[in-house]
Amino acid sequence: MTSEIALILSIDGLATGTIYVLVGLGLVLVFSVTRVVFVPFGDVVAFSALTLAALQLGRLPGTVMLVPALAAVACAMEAFDLVRRGEQARLPRALVFYGLLPVLPALVAWLIAGREVPDAVLIVLAIALVAPLAPLLDRIAFRPLADASVLLLLIVAVAVHFALSGIGLLIFGAEGFRTQPLATTLFDIGGVVVSAQVVLMIAAALLFSLLLFLFFEHTITGKALRATAVNRVGARLVGIRPGRTGALAFLIASLLGAVSGILIGPVTTLYYDSGFLIGLKAFVGAIVGGLASYPLTALGALFVGVLESFASFWTSTLKEVVVFGSLIPILLWRSLLTGGADEEEEEEDIAT
Amino acid sequence: MRLRFLIAALVAGALALAPLLVGAFTVTLLNYVGIYALAALGLVLLTGIGGLTSFGHAAFVGIGAYATAWLTTAHGASPWLGLLLALACAGIVAAALGAVTLRLGGHYLPLSTIAWGISIYFLFGNSDALGRYGGLGAVPPITLGPYALAGGAPLYYLIWLTLGCASLLAANLLDSREGRAIRSLRGGALMIESLGVNTFRIRIVAFVIAALLAALSGWFYAHMSGFVSPAPFDVKAGIDYLFMVMAGGASHIAGAVVGAALVTLLKNWLQDVLPLFSQDTGRFELIIFAILFILILQHARTGIVPFVLRRLPRPTAKPVVEAPPLPRRTYPQAGTPLLSAERLVKRFGGLVAVNEVSFALNAQDILALIGPNGAGKSTLFNLITGALRPDAGRVVFCGSDITEAGQRRIARAGIARTFQHVKLRRGMTALDNVMLGAYPRTRAGFLAGALRLDRAEEARARSEAMTQLKRVGLGDMAHELAGNLPLGSQRVLEIARALAADPALIVLDEPAAGLRSQEKRALADLLRGLRAEGLTILLVEHDMDFVMGLVDRIVVMVFGSKLTEGLPDAVRADARVQEAYLGGVA
Repeated sequence: MTSEIALILSIDGLATGTIYVLVGLGLVLVFSVTRVVFVPFGDVVAFSALTLAALQLGRLPGTVMLVPALAAVACAMEAFDLVRRGEQARLPRALVFYGLLPVLPALVAWLIAGREVPDAVLIVLAIALVAPLAPLLDRIAFRPLADASVLLLLIVAVAVHFALSGIGLLIFGAEGFRTQPLATTLFDIGGVVVSAQVVLMIAAALLFSLLLFLFFEHTITGKALRATAVNRVGARLVGIRPGRTGALAFLIASLLGAVSGILIGPVTTLYYDSGFLIGLKAFVGAIVGGLASYPLTALGALFVGVLESFASFWTSTLKEVVVFGSLIPILLWRSLLTGGADEEEEEEDIAT
Repeated sequence: MRLRFLIAALVAGALALAPLLVGAFTVTLLNYVGIYALAALGLVLLTGIGGLTSFGHAAFVGIGAYATAWLTTAHGASPWLGLLLALACAGIVAAALGAVTLRLGGHYLPLSTIAWGISIYFLFGNSDALGRYGGLGAVPPITLGPYALAGGAPLYYLIWLTLGCASLLAANLLDSREGRAIRSLRGGALMIESLGVNTFRIRIVAFVIAALLAALSGWFYAHMSGFVSPAPFDVKAGIDYLFMVMAGGASHIAGAVVGAALVTLLKNWLQDVLPLFSQDTGRFELIIFAILFILILQHARTGIVPFVLRRLPRPTAKPVVEAPPLPRRTYPQAGTPLLSAERLVKRFGGLVAVNEVSFALNAQDILALIGPNGAGKSTLFNLITGALRPDAGRVVFCGSDITEAGQRRIARAGIARTFQHVKLRRGMTALDNVMLGAYPRTRAGFLAGALRLDRAEEARARSEAMTQLKRVGLGDMAHELAGNLPLGSQRVLEIARALAADPALIVLDEPAAGLRSQEKRALADLLRGLRAEGLTILLVEHDMDFVMGLVDRIVVMVFGSKLTEGLPDAVRADARVQEAYLGGVA
């Protein structure tokens, strides 16, 4: 391998890595606030790209059906819970959050279907369509189990992924799509040609990482999220509702996922089930950070991107094996790092 | 008991007659149920009972199926050789993967199972020898002498007999010494390690057993369907197995069969019904299963079998029969040095929890460690029992240095402990909890347990456990679940468990907390009696009245350091001690 090839592979890997960075940050955010290992996150990424692809082709994307359906279920569950607890007063607010807001983008998409609309509008619309997915799934699948063990939540998350991938096949079909390129310029940096798309991906990852950092450091909501992550009971004692911070964490994560989908859409052909592997690879990155550290997660995600890029050069058929195989030494390193500290698992586990 | 026996006999009879009564299609369906149940049985042991969640179980079914398919098609070998290869491959891969991943705690372990589950799937799909994604076809049927069991009734009997034997062996195992260790894996390693159990070893063996059952299932699968491809062995199939186990009842052996039957029949029914609504059945099947799974997890986490069992009368427990006692250790001579802690230091980051603490304990002493909350008493206990390693200093027990020995070796050397926050296996009976304590005094292995070669030793351990339960006054609670006992009784139960280990030194962390005054007097009498028999006792306690009348000497700790040491009355009169507790005497 020449140094030139190595450089090209590295840049390619970093570009893919930026997607894993965004998804990985979302995973860490959701996990630290809600203890849910959000396996279906990758599906959000894929759905976002497929939604944009459908919009660009002038079709009505499947998410226009999916989101209102999920919203209806979530509203029914929320209403049932509130009425049972005798808190009807909170009903209108809940219905706005779980019913009206998620459905609005779908309505817009339905209205503009078939018209000439600038690409930028379509991108914003695609993000808005996909953004409610994770909070709605949170309400439907995870909130009834808020006090369950991490393990049980993980199993539910895997099941949610399979439900989503089935639904994905139903609403997007088995066909793969690529979205319109976001930018076509090519830059020559020190003799290596770098596409504007790659620059854009790296810039977006930096921008969103920075925004996340500012949000956590300088807003009261961000601090409430961090407080919930550190100690749920303590957060509740100072008046933070874990349910609400959880929903917010899912929403932010959903946005990160949607943006990732828009960024990766023009570079890779995505299918309804492509998200699983994207999510899992981001996961390998997040585990480098112990599912807790944002900077380490970002580094880990970039590492996964580069590793994947090199692995596909050496042995394209086994690149997945290389990437997921790398998880095992990483996990070992993590468990050495935490040094045998016996984290007491809950006695009440999956099948008590 | 009679009702349960009747149900079991009815089910067995129905299964034996089934091929005579139902059509060929149903027999094939039942064959699949049996094959899936074999794999699910492994997952019950591993996940439901051992608490180690695996999303990659289907990969081991795949290893078994591919191993035999490759050997019988590429080399024309007998399927029985294929079985050997299947078991060998799955066992070796499981042992290797387990050695690397089973030390991982919490959610890392299940995540790693997703990772290797996917990796193995891609290896199947990208290997030329295994026919890449196309798979291997024309796998010959299993032969028995001159007869080929090409599906239908003969294979049915082979599958279900195998499943019956496997279930029986698994049930025997769970009712043995190592089986108790598997059952106690869930809920943290600290407590069982303190009983001398090597949790890592137990985890690996449980993992290998599960993999062998999966490979056996894969072997049947390959020879019955005659065709092997990667798809049935991916992570989605892994979650199918988890679904079977959870729906059937993850903590019961019968749950594997019920779950496998439920899922197989449901899938079959969906394949009949879905085409009425849509062309594509596969996608709907996936969605419906995922949604059902989520609903079960949300609303019926225990599964079908426990749900039914709760409605049947509880079986009467096997009576405990007197048996020859287990060998006992000889206690050291009274007054000889037994334990000494020398300048022990433990830091947690910047906090010095234990700071240069030294004390010594002679055989048949009762020594109390007192001090305000946060003085470092429990940390000191953890240093002595090996739950934590000190940053400096050393611990000598019976003349040998045990500073770095670790919990297991210390337990076997003769130190038994209880915990400040009671650590019991709440879902096991009081008797089983105490029998766990006798683990280091017994030696029956996995195979002996599965084949019931351990009955003599098991009877002795049971008898010993009952003796200790009676001694602490819980004799009539032996068959209650530990979690149903009141907190005071749970503390005493921990003492019985410690005594079952036949220790020379017993280390009690706040044994009287939560006890009523009458129970406290009984406990004090018990401790005096133990000392009279030759035991040495070290305890942390807050209740001064309890301590004063009982102990020989007291060590007082404040903010991680030893404040003073002396006779109870002298310590009680010490102004510094009073100040430490009350913040200065007015």
